[in-house]
Amino acid sequence: MNTPTVATAQQIQVIVDLLEHKPGALLPILHELQNTFDYIPPIAIAIIAKSLRQTSAEIHGVISFYRHFHTEKNARHRLEICRAEACQARGARTLERHAKKTLAVDYHQSTADRNITLDPVYCLGNCSCGPNIRVGNDIIGRVDNDKFDRIVENLATQGVQIQ
Amino acid sequence: MTTIYLPRDTTTLSLDGEEVALQLQTQAANTNTPINLVRNGSRGMFFLEPLVEVQTDRGRIAFGPVTPADVASLFAADFTNPVFGSESASNHPLYLGLTEEIPYLKQQQRLSFARAGVIDPTDIDDYMAHDGFVGLAKSLQITDQQIVDEIKASGLRGRGGAAFPTGIKWQTVLDCDSEQKYIVCNADEGDSGTFADRLLMEADPFALIEGITIAALAVGANQGYIYLRSEYPQALIILNEAIATAYSRNFLGDNLCGSPHHFHLEVRLGAGAYICGEETSLLESLEGKRGLVRSKPPLPAIEGLFGQPTVVNNVLSFAAVPHILADGAQKYADYGQGRSKGTLPFQIAGNIKQGGLVELAFGTTLKDLLDEFGAGTASNRPMHSIQVGGPLGAYLTPEQWDTPLDYEAFSAMGAVLGHGGIVVFDDSVDLAEQAQFSMEFCVEESCGKCTPCRIGSVRGTEVIEKIRNQQNIEANYELLDDLCETMIDMSLCAMGGMTPFPVQSAMRSYKKQQLNQQPKTSAVNREVC
Repeated sequence: MNTPTVATAQQIQVIVDLLEHKPGALLPILHELQNTFDYIPPIAIAIIAKSLRQTSAEIHGVISFYRHFHTEKNARHRLEICRAEACQARGARTLERHAKKTLAVDYHQSTADRNITLDPVYCLGNCSCGPNIRVGNDIIGRVDNDKFDRIVENLATQGVQIQ
Repeated sequence: MTTIYLPRDTTTLSLDGEEVALQLQTQAANTNTPINLVRNGSRGMFFLEPLVEVQTDRGRIAFGPVTPADVASLFAADFTNPVFGSESASNHPLYLGLTEEIPYLKQQQRLSFARAGVIDPTDIDDYMAHDGFVGLAKSLQITDQQIVDEIKASGLRGRGGAAFPTGIKWQTVLDCDSEQKYIVCNADEGDSGTFADRLLMEADPFALIEGITIAALAVGANQGYIYLRSEYPQALIILNEAIATAYSRNFLGDNLCGSPHHFHLEVRLGAGAYICGEETSLLESLEGKRGLVRSKPPLPAIEGLFGQPTVVNNVLSFAAVPHILADGAQKYADYGQGRSKGTLPFQIAGNIKQGGLVELAFGTTLKDLLDEFGAGTASNRPMHSIQVGGPLGAYLTPEQWDTPLDYEAFSAMGAVLGHGGIVVFDDSVDLAEQAQFSMEFCVEESCGKCTPCRIGSVRGTEVIEKIRNQQNIEANYELLDDLCETMIDMSLCAMGGMTPFPVQSAMRSYKKQQLNQQPKTSAVNREVC
């Protein structure tokens, strides 16, 4: 997990300046911002727009088109559950229900302790070993309800350690 | 010192692979057994991952699936003994014998995946020791037109799903008079049930780099992009390592391999939009825009990335190219049948005991493939339906499983082979629920450009829900048929145009099932009403 830092306009500008020369620079810029700050700080939109000579509406439109990007801070861990067919065939629907119930959230929401943000994902390419989930950059296979509970428990401890 | 292999692909890592690696190193140190641990790619036998292999004097022997807790017992059985056939190792419960003799692997015809799991994916010398860059060397000795002619003669068709002849696409770009041309590799493998692109990128990335570079020589492009989905973080790491190495050894960059040709290659990351697997939407995304589908014409081959002539091909299409150049078009064309030439990596996924990648020539049937490799469902219940070709592919019922797996045969029954993904469902599946999900997926992933796809999918979800709730069934079936017809005929791309395939096939099976369950009297009653 990246350690989120408070984004200043200056830090954002440094990243934008580094990448704006690339043809089709917008997605690389957005990825780099999200990798650095864990989300795309809303103040970045105007900065990017000015550098790329586009409107803020255009930048916002691109961010909102792609599921991966978000302009609100996630909880400490982003946990994505695969909803696609190959995982469904191996019990992903049961896992989804279990996850929402035990975490007491719906998709796109964060737990009350701000430890986990739950998101759907459509295929992680590990389709013989579902149900699959992704936590940060780790993909975890054959996740049944018990394994899910253990993973969540581990994440809770990690969260405490970071604090 | 014995060489031990353990993959570092996504599947292995998803099943505690890193912990197995750590245990191997720890136990080796504790037992004073020096080992050389190589992190290879996966062989594609995912039911056996994490698969640990040991180099012996007669070839590699395999153990799997290995959990971290198994590692101590492997060392206790002296599994690193480099002499083949040691009794203690072969008596270990996870012992699988010589890797190459495992039936799952032995019965395949591996061309594109010949090196997968054999080599260290980012060791360029290992790649070259296994016939790597032979195709590129040949390409540098012949003319651009001769490269294109070889590809045409091989009969290679796009492996992304649309199956368009690759040679014709390349010819179009070659014939364009433009100073700037691009190669774009579509690595946005979003179809559920598919992982062949990922496996190749994680197991043999230089093959992809070589294929892309040959395409660049063929059409005269000097810049290439691999558009990789953001759901593949491990493939990103491995591809970037391989590209950096290829640059350092002058297989990429200016004057590559000492020739007058320049070619630069970069990975660009998608951001979780299924539609960007559609080639024009992908190009929009690469340009830094919303992934809205473009109208064709103009073809991307003529006006593609930034308005310039562009080759857009799938990972597997590019990966097939080095073999065709190295061994000749005819050898490749000898595989397969009819107009479906070469091999296709089938991906066995979903509720199946022995899931994995099976590369075979076209022509085998779905039933034979699953009988030979699948070993039944993971849940031990009977197989019920099989979705072939990703989320836009039809759900096939048992009487359709005897169809040969080739493009034409599938298309003749209103199904698609697509990217070769096969998702097995057991008899607990609720097909109406699956049909509704197909519509919901379209709601989620539609780019929003055409109304039949954007609105039709929302209405479709509602209508199927009503049918599932037994509301006004006959009228709603009629409405759904009408809606599906509109989506098929009026959508710009496959997203809206093919979503009806899984929907209609699933609903047909559901309807049949419902009718069979109803007592005969109710049918009479309905007529009376």
